[in-house]
Amino acid sequence: MKEYIAALSAAAALLTASVSFAQQEKSSHYKYQGDARVYADLAKAPEKARGKRNPFENYPDAIAAGQNLFEQHCSECHGKTGDGSKKAPSLRAEEVQDAAPGAIFWVLTNGVVRRGMPVWSKLPEPQRWQLVSFIKSLGLPSPNSLDKKSP
Amino acid sequence: MPSASARCLPGILLLVSLTFVTPAVRGQESPYIVTYNHYLEEPGNLEIEYFSTFGTQRGGNNFHAFWSEFEYGATAWWTTEFYLEGQTTFNESTIFTGYRWENRIRPLKMEHFVNPVLYFEYESKNGADKILKEVEGHDVQADFLLPNAEARKEHIHEVELKLILSSTLKGWNFSENVLAAKNLSNHPWEFGYALGASHPLAMKASATRCTLCPQNFVAGVEMYGGLGDRHSFGLKDTSHYLAPAIAWNLPSGWTLRLSSGFGLNDNSHRFLLRCGISREISGFSEMVSRIFGGRR
Repeated sequence: MKEYIAALSAAAALLTASVSFAQQEKSSHYKYQGDARVYADLAKAPEKARGKRNPFENYPDAIAAGQNLFEQHCSECHGKTGDGSKKAPSLRAEEVQDAAPGAIFWVLTNGVVRRGMPVWSKLPEPQRWQLVSFIKSLGLPSPNSLDKKSP
Repeated sequence: MPSASARCLPGILLLVSLTFVTPAVRGQESPYIVTYNHYLEEPGNLEIEYFSTFGTQRGGNNFHAFWSEFEYGATAWWTTEFYLEGQTTFNESTIFTGYRWENRIRPLKMEHFVNPVLYFEYESKNGADKILKEVEGHDVQADFLLPNAEARKEHIHEVELKLILSSTLKGWNFSENVLAAKNLSNHPWEFGYALGASHPLAMKASATRCTLCPQNFVAGVEMYGGLGDRHSFGLKDTSHYLAPAIAWNLPSGWTLRLSSGFGLNDNSHRFLLRCGISREISGFSEMVSRIFGGRR
């Protein structure tokens, strides 16, 4: 019985500590909504990384494969259409769409760990490039959709 | 007094509803069961895992040890995990053997050639623990010969520290873990290791969603064992295992793992068959926050 209570107390303490920590971190994400600084890590990509070419640039299948990967790994935070959510910024913003494919690949590989974006180097390199193909295919949001979003 | 199964029912229902009703995400899970790599749980996600180990025992009854893990990504650099464990020794009994609380912290912001992760764990278990989640010190197969009724009388409070080093290169993951464990009842520090290498069966994703595509499988091999203790460091009187393993990441969000471990010396169990099933639940922290009236 003592063991059972100890296990329950440990679980409760763990849950409280980690959830409150996660919520605290998230509040800083809200702060960055609509703030260009959220994309600053794209600019931090070294020249060599930025200059890398996407080996799937001319492969239409890569966009479809990238879309599958996006739905499985990214849409939870960035939204199904890449427009962003409370958890992560839009990938259809100018900063992303104008960025070099190599810079997007670099951010995917390294994550932005202190701001909640995980490292995605666990996906093999070709899959990360397929994701870049899909992200680039999203394009900028149409003016109509921007009008709908404005208050 | 309600029966044990009745007492467990609310917990089981919660677990089932969490597992089946909540949205799942597909992780790219490694096949390792003992070795850790540097990839942490995605922030806010909860991964519920069940593992099972069947082991052969020389001169005694074979056993089936099992544990559940609740792995939560508190942040992108901190993963915390809670374990509940038990075992069945054939022709003896089935018992609860204890719990663990583990934390993994990634100290570096970016990806490097070698990526360190710091690991801290507290274990409260009894002497009948047989999950072999790690092998340390002079752990040998003969330790498992003690009947459950006797072994469970020993209460063990242990802290365990690990340095996890992991690299990913051209689709390969190489992981090296060194561990130091201390039983808080005046026992010496014990040491152990785990090594792992893995590679997905395909590097490119296919344009169509599929269950049996090679990209959904990751194959690998692990080697783990003890390195003695503070007074007698080395390989003498230690056990070691080599275990090929495979993970199948299903598009539905489930991951299946299978590993067959072979003992490398007479101090080891001859054979350990391990399997695991897990599912990652997205947005767990928001769900809990909503329940307690937090911000939407």
